[in-house]
Amino acid sequence: MAEEVLQNTIEQNIKLPEGSIEKTTTTLNLGPTHPATHGVFQNILEVDGERVLSAEPTVGYIHRAFEKIAERRPLYQITPLTDRLNYCSAPINNLGWHMTCEKLLHIETPKRVDYLRVIIMELARITDHLICNSVIGVDAGALSVFLYVMQYRELVYEIYEEICGARLTTNIGRIGGFERNFSAAAWEKLERFLKDFPKALKEFEDLLQRNRIFIDRTVGAGPISAERALNYGFTGPNLRAAGVDYDVRVHTPYSSYQDFEFNIPVGTTGDVYDRWLVRNQEMWESLKIIRQAYEKIQQFKGKEAEVYHADVPEFYLPPKDKVYTTIEALIWHFKIIMGETNIPVGEVYHCVEGANGELGFYLISDGGRSPYRLHFRRPCFIYYQAYPELVKGAMLADAVIILSSLNLIAGEMDA
Amino acid sequence: MELTNEYIKNRIIEKFGDAASGFEEPYGMLSFEVPKELNLRMLQFLYDDPELRFQFLTDLQAIHYPDNPGRELAVVYHVHNMKDNVRLRFKVFASIETPDVFTATQLYACANWMERETYDFFGVNFVGHPNLKRILNVDEMDYFPLRKEYPLEEQTRLDKDDEMFGR
Repeated sequence: MAEEVLQNTIEQNIKLPEGSIEKTTTTLNLGPTHPATHGVFQNILEVDGERVLSAEPTVGYIHRAFEKIAERRPLYQITPLTDRLNYCSAPINNLGWHMTCEKLLHIETPKRVDYLRVIIMELARITDHLICNSVIGVDAGALSVFLYVMQYRELVYEIYEEICGARLTTNIGRIGGFERNFSAAAWEKLERFLKDFPKALKEFEDLLQRNRIFIDRTVGAGPISAERALNYGFTGPNLRAAGVDYDVRVHTPYSSYQDFEFNIPVGTTGDVYDRWLVRNQEMWESLKIIRQAYEKIQQFKGKEAEVYHADVPEFYLPPKDKVYTTIEALIWHFKIIMGETNIPVGEVYHCVEGANGELGFYLISDGGRSPYRLHFRRPCFIYYQAYPELVKGAMLADAVIILSSLNLIAGEMDA
Repeated sequence: MELTNEYIKNRIIEKFGDAASGFEEPYGMLSFEVPKELNLRMLQFLYDDPELRFQFLTDLQAIHYPDNPGRELAVVYHVHNMKDNVRLRFKVFASIETPDVFTATQLYACANWMERETYDFFGVNFVGHPNLKRILNVDEMDYFPLRKEYPLEEQTRLDKDDEMFGR
């Protein structure tokens, strides 16, 4: 049979890779544009029947050279680039970037700004985990949970919209704080979210957590030990699912996270089910943090309750009415917009707990107007390397669910 | 006992003598440099030492300093001791003609793609890497785009026909 096919291909002048007819396994191209991959991920799988023997991930399909672009941009113009890293939780990237700049520039932000940021970052974490967890549901065959929770993501996007005007790629905040105070509508929507979302999350949890089919599909799929996870550079929920209680919010608190009471959920086996549980529990913890932050903000009275940015005229755009009426504001406005402010010489690494791991910014400045070099530590680029090891020996359907349980975001991976 | 930068510095000097140099603490993070031949020994020492325990490779990337003859490319390692929550960074410098640096893939599995990325953008040749090929750029590319000799296009240049873009 094999000889016959081989003879045919020679006669018809078809060039096949060597050994592709004699071999007994199948090479399967999963992605890069397959709906099941939830992004541009290509995996060349070698399968024996339905069993995956090996996988070779290819990345870089949406590489946009952000690190190069950043070398010619003033600091504030780099914020929109960070939006496009992990676009499921863009505010975390934006605020993480602002905090990096603030660290470089030695800017102290007021407590109220920190708490407002915490609210935004935790909302972003919830939306990101919602997507990831509900997509795991979709890949296990439960589409309804995905559609159901999207309503609440929409509500969060409306809150962003009230604060910065954008929804997905938010460009939220400025160096030193926010561009404007939270409006009454934003608070109202936040209150509605805090009231309605726990019910929906409970329902979401009830639909999957003890669901026989879901458990059968996810328990034992793609497990990883704590040692391997650390060796592979896992961070975030994926590392915690393997049993390591590392969370940047607790280890190196930023934006006043030390003022909040919350737990860090950890798993044991690091399989898909544990990752799902850790993310699910983190959403409850995030809700707890948002409630605390909300209460803390209510306690600011008088002038303090109006603070929404630090006093950094060199980097924080003055209000428009001041620009038109005072010369100082006009000068600062011009200098900021034209990117004419030099930044101090320095080398700073700052990291925040992104929704899928430790998001780091390594900024080197030689004193010019833009960074000399900027490197993003993108968590999912680093831990995606473990994918071949995770899927080895798994079924083909598990390969898909493992992919989605890692919370890979193509935009972040390819930077 | 708390693991201070001072203590780590003394331990490193004790072990490596003059080879480790240029100690600084920008923004609280201990930074230094070692000759490029010693990068693996440094990583291994930081990993194995029962007190230092820097067992997590946070990040690995390169920087290009074109005005630094003989030391144009710096490869930067960020390592993290999660138990005591201490981070440090060290750099190795290589010349652009022979950018050969030993690979850390035997010690850290995560170094694989980080080194491929560094190779892709800076052309650092990681000796002993199991699969050193481009990762984010196309395979056919014949230059290393993050090097400083490829500046981004000047935004104000006039020799381009930008009528279609309203500039």
